[in-house]
Amino acid sequence: MRQEKNNIFFGIDWLLVLFFTLLVGFGWINIYAASYTDESVQAFDFSSKYGKQLLWILFSIPLIILILFINSKFYQRFSSIFFILSLLTLIGLFLFGTEINGAKSWYRFGGISLQPSEFAKAFTALALAKLMSDRKYNLSILKNQLKAFIIIFLPAFLIALHDPGSAIIYLAFFFVLNREGLTLAYIIFGALSIVLFIATILVGMKVVISSLFILITTFIIYNIYRNKRFLKFNWMKVVAMYLFSSLFIFSADYSYNNILKKHQRDRFEVILGKTSDTKQIGYNTDQSIQTISSGKFWGKGFLEGDKTQGNFVPAQDTDYIFSVVGEEWGFVGSSFVIVLFMALLYRIIYRAEKHANKFGRIYGYGVASILFFHLIVNIGMVIGVLPTVGIPLPFFSYGGSSLWGFTLLLFIFIKLDAQKSYDW
Amino acid sequence: MKRSFLLYFLITLIGILFVGRLFQLQVVRGRDYNPVKTSAVKVKFDLPERGYIYDRNGELLVANQLSYDVTIVPNEVTPLDTIEFCALLKITKENFIKRFKKAENYAPWLESVFLKQLAKEDFAFLQEKLHKFQGFNIQKRVIRNYPIKSAANILGYINEVNELIAKKDNYYQQGELIGKAGVEAQYEKVLRGKKGKKYFRRDRFNKIKGPFKNGIYDSIAVNGKDITLTIDSKLQQYGEYLMKGKRGGIIALEPSSGEILALVTSPSYDPNMMVGRLRSPNSVKLIGDSINKPMYDRGLKGTYPPGSPFKLVNALIGLQEDVIDENTHFVCNGGYRYGNRKNEFMKCHCDIYGKPIQLNSAISKSCNSYFANTYKRIIEKNKNSTSGMNTWSTHVKSFGLGNYLGYDLPEGDKGLIPDGEYYNSMYKHRWNASTNISNAIGQGEVLTTPIQLANVTAAIANRGFFHTPHIVKKINSQAITDSSYTTPKHTTIDKKHFEPIIEGMHEVFKTGTASWVNIEGIDIVGKTGTSENFMRVGGKKTKLPDHSILVAFAPKNNPKIAVAVFIENGGFGSTVAAPITSLMIEKYLTGRVNRKWIEDRMIKTDLSPIYERQTIAIKEIETGEK
Repeated sequence: MRQEKNNIFFGIDWLLVLFFTLLVGFGWINIYAASYTDESVQAFDFSSKYGKQLLWILFSIPLIILILFINSKFYQRFSSIFFILSLLTLIGLFLFGTEINGAKSWYRFGGISLQPSEFAKAFTALALAKLMSDRKYNLSILKNQLKAFIIIFLPAFLIALHDPGSAIIYLAFFFVLNREGLTLAYIIFGALSIVLFIATILVGMKVVISSLFILITTFIIYNIYRNKRFLKFNWMKVVAMYLFSSLFIFSADYSYNNILKKHQRDRFEVILGKTSDTKQIGYNTDQSIQTISSGKFWGKGFLEGDKTQGNFVPAQDTDYIFSVVGEEWGFVGSSFVIVLFMALLYRIIYRAEKHANKFGRIYGYGVASILFFHLIVNIGMVIGVLPTVGIPLPFFSYGGSSLWGFTLLLFIFIKLDAQKSYDW
Repeated sequence: MKRSFLLYFLITLIGILFVGRLFQLQVVRGRDYNPVKTSAVKVKFDLPERGYIYDRNGELLVANQLSYDVTIVPNEVTPLDTIEFCALLKITKENFIKRFKKAENYAPWLESVFLKQLAKEDFAFLQEKLHKFQGFNIQKRVIRNYPIKSAANILGYINEVNELIAKKDNYYQQGELIGKAGVEAQYEKVLRGKKGKKYFRRDRFNKIKGPFKNGIYDSIAVNGKDITLTIDSKLQQYGEYLMKGKRGGIIALEPSSGEILALVTSPSYDPNMMVGRLRSPNSVKLIGDSINKPMYDRGLKGTYPPGSPFKLVNALIGLQEDVIDENTHFVCNGGYRYGNRKNEFMKCHCDIYGKPIQLNSAISKSCNSYFANTYKRIIEKNKNSTSGMNTWSTHVKSFGLGNYLGYDLPEGDKGLIPDGEYYNSMYKHRWNASTNISNAIGQGEVLTTPIQLANVTAAIANRGFFHTPHIVKKINSQAITDSSYTTPKHTTIDKKHFEPIIEGMHEVFKTGTASWVNIEGIDIVGKTGTSENFMRVGGKKTKLPDHSILVAFAPKNNPKIAVAVFIENGGFGSTVAAPITSLMIEKYLTGRVNRKWIEDRMIKTDLSPIYERQTIAIKEIETGEK
């Protein structure tokens, strides 16, 4: 046993490692296609994006070994400190941050830029796991709920100040809370809010409020008609619910029109079909959809994607990397990527459920939820079913911070998972 | 329920939704996706050379020539000596600035045409100094060239493809050339050839990055085919020469084949006017001339009452319907009375007063009374006038009248041949042969185009059949095989009935109205005509000078040419139309004209004062009415 314990590869789930390798490898092939130029003199150019990404991938190997080398207890014990450090790096951006693409969310060290928000996800997940794995912790107590919310909210808030799009990822943690017993009402409540919000944008505040009123009234009258006893129903609750949702609709309408900036409103309107501008506002989405569609069933082949090679899709090596898959590898390739992600997520949840101790399970759920949310928001944007929010596709998109961030996130889980049967 | 269910469920749901969406995009929508029709692929066209056009004797009528457009890429233009540049291009500085701004507005980084169709000598000077003017370039273009200034109405012209055409027909790109009238339009697909296409990869900034898929979609340009017309250019030019100062048309056909030997309309224009830098002012001038209408082909589109030549058709129908024969005679009392009222009388100028007239002399003397009687008998042969009229109409239409002839030029008119129904709706069944007796002499409701009349003449020359007239003889030196031109169409008249008619027509040139232009040694057979015409001027029917008409063919026994001549307001058929016909026949059959005095007389016959007076009179009446 002692020998096995010293072996850093002992107990790790090789299937997860395989999924990770496949995603990173296939991702790099597509980054190569997206950033390849036939004008380049050298066959392989380390100053190009694919060259840099290859370096990031190579340097992630020592990172992985380091993660696996450390005893899993260490992560639990120091998670609070990691979390606080992580918050400090986010706050530090206000003083030492460098602005890239309009967001001051980067640190610059010589030629390397790092984005602390990419690492904050893993540390938040650790902190949340630490909080909720405490034996005395009971999620049905409001005070405990609030503690969890604060852990989620603090980094989200700090990130939102620079980059609101990336902050919405923290919504993913509600899946974790739900798993640990938080009532589903929060998620239903959230989903309903989204429906009302979209309806308000689409048909306007007055219509939504009045149709909601008609709906509730009809519902009550119908029930009274069916069953006289329904009269004993709690009227105050109904009225309060109605007033609250009206207030919500009103504030949604207000914030949409007055707080959101023009370009953010435009993104919603393109997806909701309110504007059909394919030249400026909807250019990205339109090009992305065309590029993916042109791949047909089998794809055009590696480096044969003429839209990709002509650089028609902006940010194609980062946020829009999935459109390269769509064009060059077709329906076969893009479905494969989605299935691969699904398999990864299933596997994480499956392994997390096997954990006897809560810490590993909660962290595992955090990992799965974060990856899942990234998948929804990013691919939803690239295939034109969700508004444009610039967040990367895990393991795929170009960028060292995001690659390392996700590697960190996943491999801490793999390490926890490897040592789950140990006595704590 | 297990706590893990929700996340499993959502992952599965989202996965299915995403794969479904990808299916919709890549499989459903992707099916219609054309690999070369994307913003990432740029197609460059290799334009083929347009086919040449020759006359029946191999004389070149339409060729191609190079023209030079000056192009500009505004972003690449460096400060230049504007004065020198403008002098080279022969434009003013204001014009230079205007053109520059236009190009800049179009796209500062793309090449666009700065000045079209530079004169050849200007091109030579400019090319030498072009290195001084950065951002300017010279682009070669092929345009049409007409070595012979003739037959503009037949050849037509080509236009630049505009946005509308480019949208309608995806073969064309804006700015390419397309046949717009005449043979150029009718045989556009033959002449244009097939464009070659080269596909290139390009990037977001429209920069070419190399061939697309190593050129597997590329195609080579196929040059247009050459066309040989049925036209005899010498005859055509001669006809145009004779028609100077007159309005009208000459149509000459080869009866045995239906080939159009000459198709003259007057006034016409020099086809070179529709080429080169002066093209647009010229076309405005030509199209805008509503008085002379030089773009209007009178030979194909002008509808006129056919006048006396139509009597031939009536005579043939009379013989076929057996209501007259060669020996039938009628008495002419200076006219034909078709009603009891004083004005119900058709005058006749045959000058055979009170004596019985037979068919032969009725034709040569053009006796109105004779044909009025014949017509009456045709219509009244049946019990009711409607069926009689219909029988008559069917016979007339078998000569190709009353409908489009089906020749291969894009212009024409049906003319009008009435039938029973026509009069029933006009007179509510209360009509008989006397009501429309004018049809007997080609006045009345009957309307024909000159080419239809020429075709009738060819049918008579062939003794009962005709080939649909056509203008194209060979495509790439292969004789046409279109059965609508190679198979004869038979009239409803038996062959035997033609001889008496032809004898009568022969008399016209031997002893009758056209005897003064008879040619020694050639048996010309024909019929003169004078068609009355009226014009509605300010709501009032006003009589205008008669149209002068003549139809003829020659030689009598082996017809080589059938001609119809139509001179607007030319007076009697014998004075203008007859000599022109005679000269055309002489020119075609002997290759030269010996009777210079007739030719001189025709050249000197200038009807323009009459037309001018007419125009002024019409204007006066119109302004007076106001």
